[in-house]
Amino acid sequence: MSPWVTVIAAVAAVIAAPLVGGLLTGIDRRLSARLQSRWGPPILQPFYDVAKLLRKETIVVRRSQNFYVYFFFVFMVFTTVLFFTGGDLLLTVFALTLAGIFLVLGAYKASSPYSFIGAERELILMMAYEPLVLFVAVGMYLETRSFIVLDIASSPSVLALSLPGLLIGMVIALMFKMRKSPFDISASHHAHQEIVRGITTEFSGKTLALIEMAHWYETTVALGMVALFFAALPAVAAAAVAVVFFLVILLDNVFARVKWQLALASAWITAAALGVGNILVVYFIR
Amino acid sequence: MTALAFLIAFPLAIAIILLVVRSQLLRSILVAAAAVVIGAGSLLLVFPLPDSLSSIFSASFELPAEYLDWTVLGIELALAAYVFYLGIRWVRHIVSLLALLQAGAAIAAEILLGGRVEITTPILADKFSLMMAVIVGVVGGLIAVFSLGYMKAYHTHHHEYRDRRRRFCFLQSVFLGAMFGVLFANSLPLLLLFWEVTTLCSFLLIGYNGSPEARSKAFLAITLNLLGGIAFSGAILYLGLTSGILEMDRLVAMKSGAVLLPAAFLAFAGMTKSAQLPFSSWLLGAMLAPTPVSALLHSSTMVKAGVYLVLRLAPVLMGTITGTMVGLIGGVTFLVGSLAAISQGDAKRVLAWSTIANLGLIVLCAGIGTYEAVWAAILLILFHAVTKALLFLCVGTFEQKTNTREIESMSGLIVLMPKLSIMIQIGIAGMFLAPFGMLVSKWAVLKALVDSNPLLVVFVVFGSSATLLFWVKWMGKLLEVTKVRPADESGIATRQWLVMGILSGITVALVGFYPLVSAWLIEPYVRGIYGVVNTISQGNLVIMSIMLGMVALFPVTFFVYQRKVRVVDAYLGGGNVDSSVLFQGAAGQVKSMEMKNYYFGRLFGERWLSLAGGIACVALIFVMFGVAL
Repeated sequence: MSPWVTVIAAVAAVIAAPLVGGLLTGIDRRLSARLQSRWGPPILQPFYDVAKLLRKETIVVRRSQNFYVYFFFVFMVFTTVLFFTGGDLLLTVFALTLAGIFLVLGAYKASSPYSFIGAERELILMMAYEPLVLFVAVGMYLETRSFIVLDIASSPSVLALSLPGLLIGMVIALMFKMRKSPFDISASHHAHQEIVRGITTEFSGKTLALIEMAHWYETTVALGMVALFFAALPAVAAAAVAVVFFLVILLDNVFARVKWQLALASAWITAAALGVGNILVVYFIR
Repeated sequence: MTALAFLIAFPLAIAIILLVVRSQLLRSILVAAAAVVIGAGSLLLVFPLPDSLSSIFSASFELPAEYLDWTVLGIELALAAYVFYLGIRWVRHIVSLLALLQAGAAIAAEILLGGRVEITTPILADKFSLMMAVIVGVVGGLIAVFSLGYMKAYHTHHHEYRDRRRRFCFLQSVFLGAMFGVLFANSLPLLLLFWEVTTLCSFLLIGYNGSPEARSKAFLAITLNLLGGIAFSGAILYLGLTSGILEMDRLVAMKSGAVLLPAAFLAFAGMTKSAQLPFSSWLLGAMLAPTPVSALLHSSTMVKAGVYLVLRLAPVLMGTITGTMVGLIGGVTFLVGSLAAISQGDAKRVLAWSTIANLGLIVLCAGIGTYEAVWAAILLILFHAVTKALLFLCVGTFEQKTNTREIESMSGLIVLMPKLSIMIQIGIAGMFLAPFGMLVSKWAVLKALVDSNPLLVVFVVFGSSATLLFWVKWMGKLLEVTKVRPADESGIATRQWLVMGILSGITVALVGFYPLVSAWLIEPYVRGIYGVVNTISQGNLVIMSIMLGMVALFPVTFFVYQRKVRVVDAYLGGGNVDSSVLFQGAAGQVKSMEMKNYYFGRLFGERWLSLAGGIACVALIFVMFGVAL
């Protein structure tokens, strides 16, 4: 890609990703409401929420706690740019992890028992889903001989066909990333199963708005990785993302959250069985 | 040549002087001066002087080969006799037996090979050993200086132990000399001699305080390391008898199946010294020793000698099933070490398990032996040596100040001991964030592995996910503040601050300038052996630098400490009693809030993990030898 195309792609990603992510969050809320026999908020409600949060006063427990969130946000934007400009998939995963670490450190810094326990649980979740995502990168490398997103996306074969185990793994990772039941132990969207607000307990106003927006970026990147499995057929990719998105919301509404042991075991056993199994099959068949 | 011999001989000479110097002050001056000379000397080897100056140093110098042979044998037998005596003295018959075996092997080698196998270059250096020498010289020298201040405080805290600091300084100096010997010796019998000296030094240093517990840990260390030494002797005998080779460079140049069995024996020796499973217990036991000893064993010496040897063998191991087994042992060790570290509350033990894990990763790379893997492994050694030394010294300082090294008691350290807390954070960030943790230990290793063996990828992926958990929760504990106490960092010697400061500086500098180090020292070595070298692509280097730059911006936030915010108490279910810490319980009583990290003692307990890993690795070792036959 020429540098100009990269710059345009980067700018487009920075602007479009949160719009897509925000809209999806709106759709998510409406769908969830319907599944629970409620009417639900307008689709644009997440944007109204963030706009309102941005006008609120900043309240903190520790003066430096918000800095960590700024870095969380910046790294999340960076991850998005890296992914959508077709950079290195492994580096994208690491940037994502780095972003997550900053949020966790911020929650620790806030020094409140609820955010502390949220931080601990978020770490468990990160440890749980990271192998899944890394195996996806490794599997895609074995298929396309490249870690570069651009090369993977322009691969002529539909990766989902040869990497079905990893696709399932990616969907599970998506449930972690979107903070969905049964794996929403660090911070949930459902009031009925929440101990206060987990990792975001002590963040408010502009900072909370930043966390929300970072989450939009995160959702978009995670869904982008799902789309990568079908990159050869763009129409199928769009349909697949829609199906996966609906599936995650459905599962979110039928499951209660699990304990951390089960969350960790589900992810690691899936990674070890489906992920590794899939990788070995791909490696030894070719 | 002269410079190499100087680096080996100088610390040994200083050691002997230290043994007779009784004045505390004079000893401190000597140790500090020697550290400067060793550090500068090792750096001079890497930064060659202009020709006019270097001619002074390159005065012709020949090792008298015929005497060298007998001297080596003599010292080796003397060492064996001493170890034999130790075994009898403290009723550890297995140690005596191993010493006898060792002596027997040395005599057999002399009878069978003496005069028949010619050794043309007894000592030799390349870019890799020179880089290692800088690590030993600079990091080892800094630790020696640190220990001056630390050991003084150690003996004011621990009156129950006899003050044997003279011996301590002596051993430390011998250790450094022997390490240079291990790095530069090309002749295998000479290498074995230095190898055994490091084993004996580590034994004496671990048992320094003379308590029964320390003694038992010291004997554990020497027993396991002697096993490695015997494997080493076996390799020498076999090599000498079958292929007539007693030199490292010629062994590595063979690259054929004929030297696979001795290579397996040498790799075994390397794995005992680098505390791979099932031999990890000695390194964990070594935690009992005073902190500078742990720092020395974990960062620049001892374990690094082990991985250095295995890594030297990488070209022989590449592409063989024996190599794959070595890689698997490293992989299992990495995974077990990373998981076990999660369950540890003792900061030193977390560091110990993380050392074992990192060494596992290096051994894994050596077993794969491709140029990409070797490149990553050497970078790992470099980063690990510096950051681990820093972290050990910081934890030691914390212990000296607070008499505990529990991570839980580091709560609010950022307020209590801000300087120390920031240094620990630099160390932790250096260990697991970019570029060491991410770029090298994950990205480069994963890239190296996907092409050669996807099974090994599994260990790296799961293991590295676990490292995230234990490092970040430690970091969180450092940041979290529940009780505001006044800062108090008094009572720590300036020398200690200086050393920790320099190590923090080196860590930060390495993070920024590792591409230069790689281009200058690591790539020439890798290219010399494999003819090819991998470099990080320009684009990714830029991306990595941007990420680094952003992380580096973080400290800037301290200068714009947010003032336009309203500070409130933390949420305690609405029952706060005038603070973020106290709350009203259900019966109206005032309770205090406490926050403790998760440790998952049962799930990630070190007992079962090391047992399972140990059994797996024993099996792998058998296969390793079996397929090398």
